[in-house]
Amino acid sequence: MNTMLMPLFTAPTIEFSALAPILIVFGAACIGVLVDAIMIGRLRGWRDEVQMGLVIGSTLGAFAYVVWNARKGVKGPLAMGSIMLDGPTYVAWGALLVFGLLAIMVFRETKVNGGVTAFASSAATVPGSAEEVEADRYRLQQTEIFPLALFSIVGMMVFASANDLLTLFVGLEVFSLPLYLMCGMARRRRLVSQEASLKYFLLGALSSAFFLFGVALVYAYAGSFKLGDIATKMASPTYGSGLLYTGLILLASGLLFKVGVVPFHNWTPDVYMGAPTPVTGFMAICTKLAAVLATLRVFYVALGAERWSWQPVFATLAVATMVLGAVAGLTQRDVKRMLAYSSIAHAGFLLTAVVGANQTDLGRTPSSVASILFYMIAYGFATIGAFALVTMVRNEAGEDNSFAAWSGLAKKSPWVAGIMTVFLLSFAGIPLTAGFIGKWTVFASAWRGGYGWLVVVAVLASLVAAYFYLRLIGVMFAGEPAAKSYVGEASGWTWVPVAIGAAATIILGILPDAVLSMVSSLGAFLR
Amino acid sequence: MNLLETLSHTVPATGMFANAWWMIAAPLLVAAFLLLAGRVADAWGHFVAVAAVVFSFSIAACLFGEMLGRGAEERAVESTLYTWFSVGTWTFDVGLQIDQLSILFAMLITGVGSLIHIYSIGYMAHDERRRRFFAYLNLFVAAMLTLVLANNYLILFVGWEGVGLASYLLISFFQHKKSAADAGVKAFVMNRVGDFGMLLAIFTMLAMFGSSKFSVVNAGVPEMPAIWATLLGVFLLLGACGKSAQVPLQAWLLDAMEGPTPVSALIHAATMVTAGVYLVVRSHVVYEHSMIAQTAVVVVGTVTLLAGAWIGTSQDDIKKVLAGSTMSQIGYMMLAAGIGPAGYAFAIFHLLTHGFFKANMFLGAGSVMHGMHDDVNMRNYGALAKVMRYTYWTFFCGYIAIIGFPLTAGYFSKDHIIEAAFHYNVVIGLCALIGAGVTAFYMTRLMFMTFWGKQRWQPGVHPHESPKVMTLPLVVLAALSIVAGALMNWWIQTWLEPAAGNHPHEVSLIPTPIGLLAIAVVAAGVATGWYFFGRGDIPKVAPASKNPFTLVGRNVLYGDQLNDAVIVQPTYALAAASDATDRHAIDGLFDGLAHGFGGLSTQVRKLQTGYARSYALTMTAGVVVTAVVLILAHLA
Repeated sequence: MNTMLMPLFTAPTIEFSALAPILIVFGAACIGVLVDAIMIGRLRGWRDEVQMGLVIGSTLGAFAYVVWNARKGVKGPLAMGSIMLDGPTYVAWGALLVFGLLAIMVFRETKVNGGVTAFASSAATVPGSAEEVEADRYRLQQTEIFPLALFSIVGMMVFASANDLLTLFVGLEVFSLPLYLMCGMARRRRLVSQEASLKYFLLGALSSAFFLFGVALVYAYAGSFKLGDIATKMASPTYGSGLLYTGLILLASGLLFKVGVVPFHNWTPDVYMGAPTPVTGFMAICTKLAAVLATLRVFYVALGAERWSWQPVFATLAVATMVLGAVAGLTQRDVKRMLAYSSIAHAGFLLTAVVGANQTDLGRTPSSVASILFYMIAYGFATIGAFALVTMVRNEAGEDNSFAAWSGLAKKSPWVAGIMTVFLLSFAGIPLTAGFIGKWTVFASAWRGGYGWLVVVAVLASLVAAYFYLRLIGVMFAGEPAAKSYVGEASGWTWVPVAIGAAATIILGILPDAVLSMVSSLGAFLR
Repeated sequence: MNLLETLSHTVPATGMFANAWWMIAAPLLVAAFLLLAGRVADAWGHFVAVAAVVFSFSIAACLFGEMLGRGAEERAVESTLYTWFSVGTWTFDVGLQIDQLSILFAMLITGVGSLIHIYSIGYMAHDERRRRFFAYLNLFVAAMLTLVLANNYLILFVGWEGVGLASYLLISFFQHKKSAADAGVKAFVMNRVGDFGMLLAIFTMLAMFGSSKFSVVNAGVPEMPAIWATLLGVFLLLGACGKSAQVPLQAWLLDAMEGPTPVSALIHAATMVTAGVYLVVRSHVVYEHSMIAQTAVVVVGTVTLLAGAWIGTSQDDIKKVLAGSTMSQIGYMMLAAGIGPAGYAFAIFHLLTHGFFKANMFLGAGSVMHGMHDDVNMRNYGALAKVMRYTYWTFFCGYIAIIGFPLTAGYFSKDHIIEAAFHYNVVIGLCALIGAGVTAFYMTRLMFMTFWGKQRWQPGVHPHESPKVMTLPLVVLAALSIVAGALMNWWIQTWLEPAAGNHPHEVSLIPTPIGLLAIAVVAAGVATGWYFFGRGDIPKVAPASKNPFTLVGRNVLYGDQLNDAVIVQPTYALAAASDATDRHAIDGLFDGLAHGFGGLSTQVRKLQTGYARSYALTMTAGVVVTAVVLILAHLA
């Protein structure tokens, strides 16, 4: 009789307060989906304002919740162990929310485009069709881009904090699917945009398949999805390590695809270039941040005991990534494409710290996790600012990203050229910018992890990469002003993220200590 | 409190001291504001600049007052503003050290700086780039304060380069004139040589002690091998020579007079060029542990004091006479600083009084030029004492101060140096004595040619007194030229003792035998000046002379020619040779490298086909290859 009374199903315990940052953004995204359906007639004109209100309210609210929880010191596994709330999670959530908000602010910009956003009025119409023309003529702008971006942020937050492989996969898909769509929503050059979207989707699906296969193999090896259990199982394995190694490589390929590491980088230049520039800015930092965090968590928490196997693999990939990003960037003639290769090179620099696996926080040199978190914060502000500035250089037809159009920009707009210079110097890692401290910390982690040779390669690669950043600065300041391009007038939706990015880039270069000690003090991953 | 803090006798910054960084921040922010504000601020920007420096001065004065009220042990304050970053055993701190030495400098820089800013309101009234001028001046004040208030050599170097930049910008402020632009470049390039020495010194410190903090370096020097102490001292001296225009890096200072006159007064007389003396005194522990380096400082100082005086005797350009004189006076300070504990306080004492009377005379020269349509040739002056009363009397105060007329500022400060030099070595003492005589000679010559004698004005020039905004600073500086010596004579040695490590001596009003001798030599110098320039007419064109002394002096000791023969021509030859090597060997290598990367880049671009299928293939191949390699590696 007693067995009859045993519940067949245990109700999961959900720590709503600790999970509130995710839930707030998720709720706002769900409401955002309804806006286009409900707000019709006279209310139609208010859609953008409502969507932006939801975005700002939810991200800032969630951010405040993150800070509050972090101050209270709430830590540990949530939702029956599928989410891990620890120091790196807090930093990642906070950074994702801030960068997400700044990036989405650029989505709202209409002034620079002549009164319309950078996104197709009605993305579902066939390019060149009568429906498209009609949607454009009557300005039937749909606003699904905002909830899509919020859903994507939710996925990234889950991805960065997932404590088991299945949750990780769910997070991966939740943030990827909206991104595929967002890439295809450009108002101008829609075919290029849709091509980028389709490529991203096909390759993303392939990498998801790899990842899922890896999950299956690791599950077969360890008998559990939980990162902690996998780590325990490695001490007393039931099966041979062939399962584990194959699973490990497949997991890595799925994760590193999102980071943009060679040989899983191919999508980056095409997608960065085809996607609407504000979306590129969003992807360039938020995707990378979430993916790096997930990679770190999987490989440090679950597969840390196998570090001697994966460190050489990652080191090789890091070299390939840095060299390819730096070398291929040299001959680019398009600012967005150059930034795409720059982002590949930066993925390589990040990977050096992953390889270092430097856990101790000796003295004041940050651990690998802390240095990567700092690097992402430093890189994020500059990236968002740089892509926001890219939207402002235009010609008759729209945005013009060619170097020819950027020639002599300093004479047309000293502010745009000057601030872009700050971002480029930070990307190049010149002292007194955030990029220098970021590079210094990740290289120091790699060095302390015993990968001195990798640091030497990384420094040489940064030297090569510095050339293309400096060349763009040269083009902007020494080139003859281009006749056909001009700098568009932008509103605060562009300028505020740019100003915040520039200020943060300089402040983090001169006063890095506050942020460095924050990322250091929040500690390592919990198991 | 750890060991190092005990050694350096500093206490943490509290109260007013915690706000000391505003001294630097205020002029820096105003400089940035003025440069960014654009034409909006043209009409009133210079008043903001003046306010910023006066604000800094008031902070410095408050700090000084607070220090006076404290016991000698608690006067030196050190505050770490923040740690820029640290890695391993190296820490890069940004911190200030406000002690007895640096507060005097801060007072001099901001005090004289305020007066010169006020003077510039009048002097630059009609310049259309006035806002920019004041922005650069403020930038200079901020950088100079960084230099003297830093608590480590790295931040000191930031200030060091900052004043170099400001000096460059201001020397070539009249950039439409080729001579001004060239002079700026010359000053900048020659200073690079000194900066190289500074960098070597800092690297040495980092390598030896892991820090460039004054307290750490001072604690570490006694432990280091003698050869390294000597090298460190020589590196620092090289830096000091560049910045302070000491032989052999002196040639830029005379050309630097191309800058607007307030700049010459502030940067190239009162403050920046004395940074080398500050550096040597600040690093006194290093020199005390190296006899060779110390002797080198004495030799450099002595040679420069004679060389500068020599130049001063035969120039016709009023500003160049004063520039030669500045070199010479800084030579005195260097000499004192090299003598050791007996001389540190005298070096700083003379530095301060010189700051007052030389700024006074430069501003006076500016006032004369203002009245003479910017003519600088003294052969076109004469008899100006009657038409420019304020300028004349204030300049006269500076004149008697610099020649060391009893009881004026220069009398006290210079006499101590001459006396200390005699105690150190009779030859050095005699050189210092001769320098004093020559100083009296060339300054008397200047007075006769400018203010006394008959008028030799160019047609159409009607000299007139300058506006009040220019004469008022002159009056203040003239008063200081007279009384500053007596004010500080009995006080400065004990005040500086904890910071500079000097040994106080008894000083009294009754002249020693050497003091009497010095007065006699100065009187002889004045008499000689009168004999040559006070009795007859002064020709409008410099008379042709075969006197080698005159010729060498007129040609600035052939410094440029010497540089040209010893450095520039060999450098050109070396450059030509390395250019040839560069073109044929190195360029080949690097062009090859660049082409290689370019070609590689082009090849890599071809991988980016744009086809999703080939991308997928790369990915799959990547996964397969890495997995196989990993498994094989483990099987093996």
